[in-house]
Amino acid sequence: MTTTGLFQIALYLAVLLLLVKPLGSFMARVYRFQPLFGLDLALGPIEHLTYKLCGVRKDDEQNWKTYALSCLAFNLLGVLAVYVLQRVQTMLPLNPAAMSAVSPDSSFNTATSFATNTNWQGYVGESTMSYLTQMLGLTVQNFVSAATGMAVLAALIRGIARKTTDKLGSFWVDLTRSTLYILLPLSALLAIVLLWQGVPQTFSKYKTANVLQPSSYTTPHLDKDNTPVKDAKGNPVMDTVNVATQSIAVGPVASQIAIKQLGTNGGGFFNVNSAHPLENPTGLSNFLEVLAILLIPAALCYTFGLMVGDKRQGWTVLAAMVIIFLALVIPCVHFEQSGNPTLNALADQHETALQPGGNMEGKEARLGPINSAIWAVATTGASNGSVNSMHDSFTPLGGLCPLWMIQLSEVVFGGVGSGLYGMLIYVIVAVFIAGLMVGRTPEYLGKKIESYEMKMAAIIVLVPPALCLIGTAIACVSPAGLLGPSNPGIHGFSEMLYGMSSQGNNNGSAFAGLNANTPFYNLLGGILMLFSRYWIVVPTLAIAGSLARKKLIPASAGTLPTHTPLFVFLLVSTVILVGALTFLPALALGPIVEHLKLIGL
Amino acid sequence: MSSAKARPLFDLPIVKRAIVDSFTKLNPRHQLRNPVMFVVFLGSILTTGLYVHALTGQGEAKPSFILGVTLWLWFTVLFANFAEAMAEGRGKAQADTLRKARRDTPAKKLSAPSRDAQQSSVSAATLRKGDLVLCEPGDYIPADGEVADGVASVDESAITGESAPVIRESGGDRSSVTGGTRVLSDWLVIRIGVNPGEAFLDRMISMVEGAKRQKTPNEIALNILLAGFTIVCLLAVVTLMPYSIYAANSVNVALIAASQPATAAPVTTTILVALLVCLIPTTIGGLLSAIGIAGMDRMIQKNVIAMSGRAVEAAGDVDVLLLDKTGTITLGNRQAVAFHPSNGTHERDVADAAQLSSLADETPEGRSVVVLAKEKYGIRDRQIHEMGAHFVPFTAQTRMSGVNFDHRMIRKGAAAAIEAHVQSLGGEFPAEVQATVEAISRQGGTPLVVADGPKVLGTIELKDIVKGGIKERFAELRAMGIKTVMITGDNPLTAAAIAAEAGVDDFLAQATPEAKLKLIRDYQAGGRLVAMTGDGTYDAPALAQADVAVAMNTGTQAAKEAGNMVDLDSNPTKLIEVVETGKQLLMTRGSLTTFSIANDVSKYFAIIPVMFASTYPVLGKLNIMHLSPGTAVLSALIFNALIIIALIPIALRGVKYRPKPASVLLWNNILVYGIGGLIIPFIGIKAIDLLVNLV
Repeated sequence: MTTTGLFQIALYLAVLLLLVKPLGSFMARVYRFQPLFGLDLALGPIEHLTYKLCGVRKDDEQNWKTYALSCLAFNLLGVLAVYVLQRVQTMLPLNPAAMSAVSPDSSFNTATSFATNTNWQGYVGESTMSYLTQMLGLTVQNFVSAATGMAVLAALIRGIARKTTDKLGSFWVDLTRSTLYILLPLSALLAIVLLWQGVPQTFSKYKTANVLQPSSYTTPHLDKDNTPVKDAKGNPVMDTVNVATQSIAVGPVASQIAIKQLGTNGGGFFNVNSAHPLENPTGLSNFLEVLAILLIPAALCYTFGLMVGDKRQGWTVLAAMVIIFLALVIPCVHFEQSGNPTLNALADQHETALQPGGNMEGKEARLGPINSAIWAVATTGASNGSVNSMHDSFTPLGGLCPLWMIQLSEVVFGGVGSGLYGMLIYVIVAVFIAGLMVGRTPEYLGKKIESYEMKMAAIIVLVPPALCLIGTAIACVSPAGLLGPSNPGIHGFSEMLYGMSSQGNNNGSAFAGLNANTPFYNLLGGILMLFSRYWIVVPTLAIAGSLARKKLIPASAGTLPTHTPLFVFLLVSTVILVGALTFLPALALGPIVEHLKLIGL
Repeated sequence: MSSAKARPLFDLPIVKRAIVDSFTKLNPRHQLRNPVMFVVFLGSILTTGLYVHALTGQGEAKPSFILGVTLWLWFTVLFANFAEAMAEGRGKAQADTLRKARRDTPAKKLSAPSRDAQQSSVSAATLRKGDLVLCEPGDYIPADGEVADGVASVDESAITGESAPVIRESGGDRSSVTGGTRVLSDWLVIRIGVNPGEAFLDRMISMVEGAKRQKTPNEIALNILLAGFTIVCLLAVVTLMPYSIYAANSVNVALIAASQPATAAPVTTTILVALLVCLIPTTIGGLLSAIGIAGMDRMIQKNVIAMSGRAVEAAGDVDVLLLDKTGTITLGNRQAVAFHPSNGTHERDVADAAQLSSLADETPEGRSVVVLAKEKYGIRDRQIHEMGAHFVPFTAQTRMSGVNFDHRMIRKGAAAAIEAHVQSLGGEFPAEVQATVEAISRQGGTPLVVADGPKVLGTIELKDIVKGGIKERFAELRAMGIKTVMITGDNPLTAAAIAAEAGVDDFLAQATPEAKLKLIRDYQAGGRLVAMTGDGTYDAPALAQADVAVAMNTGTQAAKEAGNMVDLDSNPTKLIEVVETGKQLLMTRGSLTTFSIANDVSKYFAIIPVMFASTYPVLGKLNIMHLSPGTAVLSALIFNALIIIALIPIALRGVKYRPKPASVLLWNNILVYGIGGLIIPFIGIKAIDLLVNLV
């Protein structure tokens, strides 16, 4: 790895960690109903109007079951709304490109995808969705699915911090406040900066531009069934296509990009996501966008520490996340910078003043391998799923890093809210084993971890790997599934594994190379996303409810300290070990064997 | 007790019985109780079927290979059964010894409610409700009951913490006596009020025999975690079949395209079962019930009978220890430490008179006066009979003892009793003596006033003597995060003085049963787990309220019923060992779980390179142990089975426990069982592979 690589990683983490404390304490104020430096005065009327319109009483706290039901009902409504919007978008305004109605299976997949904060995109944004669908359906879900995750986290934290109560707060209030005071202001801020950097924000039609150098190419002539027509000799009939103009897709991009990054959504306005020059035009926009991916998840750790009354606990969890992040981003940058060994004889892949070097397939020349690799690991760690390069084209081990990052159940930063509550479940598992090793019934922050919590934690830890493994198993032996991968053999397996892992963990990034917009993959993926989100949300809230009811045990010298480097090590080991034990055989059949073959040549 | 500790780990008769039990435990209903081992059990049946199928010549692999895997799978199941049977066997053997060795108090059974009725000496354990017994000075009252006849002073310090004797007499409020208390003077005829059965022993025996053993809360939680982990492994392994079918197909397509024979074959079910069994936490799964049984067994070795495994487990969580002052923190009885003369009396005269009055006094306090007089003034032992003296023993009525000779009438007793005594003889109680008496009380001592006729000579200062080494013990407990609270009937000043000397964290003075109960509730409301010892009926509510309640075997039936452990040695200091045993139990579970899961890493490196050998030979590069491809799977499986046997001693004895803060304990155990668990199997599997290839 070059010094540029190290410097980029260091700069990225330094800026990220600097922002943790200010944003984290601000968010804690949001969930503790403390003054928000004037923001509450400005937006307070909207907040109260929302409650009034929805018939919500601000101080009406819910127990875990009501909280979970509210959350599920709200999300179900979200799925339905996005589904219907896509199906009837032809009849609705703001459709200048005259997009037709989206197919039922794709609509289902996209609806679940955006409601579950996965933002897997089987469709091509600029040629499928009307502006209205993008804004009212997708962008709204970008906000509320993120806010849902934050609300569930707030409930879990309250469950840990409170004692002998069954009240966890109100889902509706947490949802509203997360959106209004955290996501909206931050997105507005980021959107404005992105606008300045050249990201469009418009309702106008797609632009047509003359290309600098008109060209032509030939393509097989297709008949009605999309099969190439052959002449009498059996050779394909070719058509010549002249290219003099191009259509440039635009739209209300900046607003969606801001929230897709901040809300760990990742669903791009354009198909190639942040590799598109209009989504991510400059080096600064790239830095800010990748920063936005991890910003809220990282800062929430500090919020957690504040809310449980022990900031060290938040730093501990954050430290574990940073360590795993480093453990994967460094090799990823390394392998991408090292380039493809088979090309060594043909080209110089070293970094020079004129070229970034490394493996440039599938990467933007503007961004290079380092920024692509950092983005890849951040976006998969954070359940964001936006991309600025094509992970499918990474070197086998370089691609293994983002793939495995997803398979670690999206707890390394993870989705906004969902990442931290997922990590806290791993904390509970780590505390359980470590607690036994010091000879006490395990306890975390004064709460005893008993069989009920273990039962729920086991479900939570079990669900994502189960979904990925079973999903991939179905895909790789069913005829419909085998049509998906665009590469044969090992890489095809990686493509399926990545696609199923991405949806089974609510990440949403695509390895690309998997043609997933088929009824088979749309349905399978939709089911994976639903299970992965809600089979974790409900047990998490159940744990929150159970912890809230417990007594608070004062800490003593016999209590396992959960703020030490040793505990960080334990937590990291737990996450890594579960991830490794679950996925090592599958990875061996994908990236690992691919790498061994590559270096064996 | 000591003989029980000396039991060797592998006692031959126990081993023999355990081997037989290993096979009887193959009953599917028994296997179902343990989800991890049940998976192994099913796997064994599956590969047995595959072996039979392979014998017909159409098997997926060589029959000899499948047979090897099958046999070692069955061994894994049997070894786990053996571990459990060993633990149970040791528990049973322990129970047998206990039945014989149980401490017994003899009782003087009477045929009629009169002191002169016919006596027979029987064991206290055989007394039934309604039986009559005679208790004379020095006798322990064998069980709870009512005084039928007589009046006596009884030492109830073991229950109330109050050293001063109380009066018990027939009829009225003071007729109830408590088992385990001791008659100091006079005599009592007691009608036994309870049936002391063998209930505790019975319960314990059925528990160690496994019939009634219920899983403890923590064991259940761990079982859930292990089951979850097993399912993860099951999924990872089962999905390998479709993955490898895909891989083999795609490789074969490429081979056929290159006009080569299609040689890639999917992974065999036998290898998948072997991989699964290697991955699931069989080590902890196989030893889990043995650890639980052995935990109770270790309690029994300390002569403590736990009523449930839950109680043993809770002992590890205790935050607060309530310890009775008398007998636990201090020696049971007070000792003379100084003589304080009244004005106009020489200190030596006080010592002399005090010694004379105590010569025939056989109470520990009396003896300590004699010892002190000799140490301080060289006053030798004298024979009062030779001196023609007449000893006046302590009675409940006079509350004094002393000696009469040469027209002298020396008396010693509590200040109030002596004051009444001298005033009745026309003397008066000097003010400075009164001041001394109060000063001694304030400092935690007990004053005894000595009078010669109507003249008050001075005061003997009796003090509680803190047990040697107890302060260090409390410091250890503090390091473990356990708070110690001394319970005493003394006044707060006395209590504070002793508490400071003994180094307890807190104390409860003038403890009444209500105050004790309230203290426990307060601690519990603060989220703490409270342990206490008790033996009296008055302790019963507090014992019932405490999370870990150790009743003394000499205590009353009510106390034993209320507690969740019984200490057969009736040694209140045992509470500390009980806590340690509880911690050790949890630590053993945690450490072996860590070990078990850490083991998995090596097994992947052993099995993955060979399982896809025909599809991706290049994966052979992961064979970092350089295992022979033909035996790698078997070697991993053999290691997996043998490690269960190898860890039986740790499961039975428990991991080493040292009173250290949690962070230190954690670090030590992670180093040994986590890092060790990562490395050991690499060495073990390699060694087994070398051996297997030698054979």
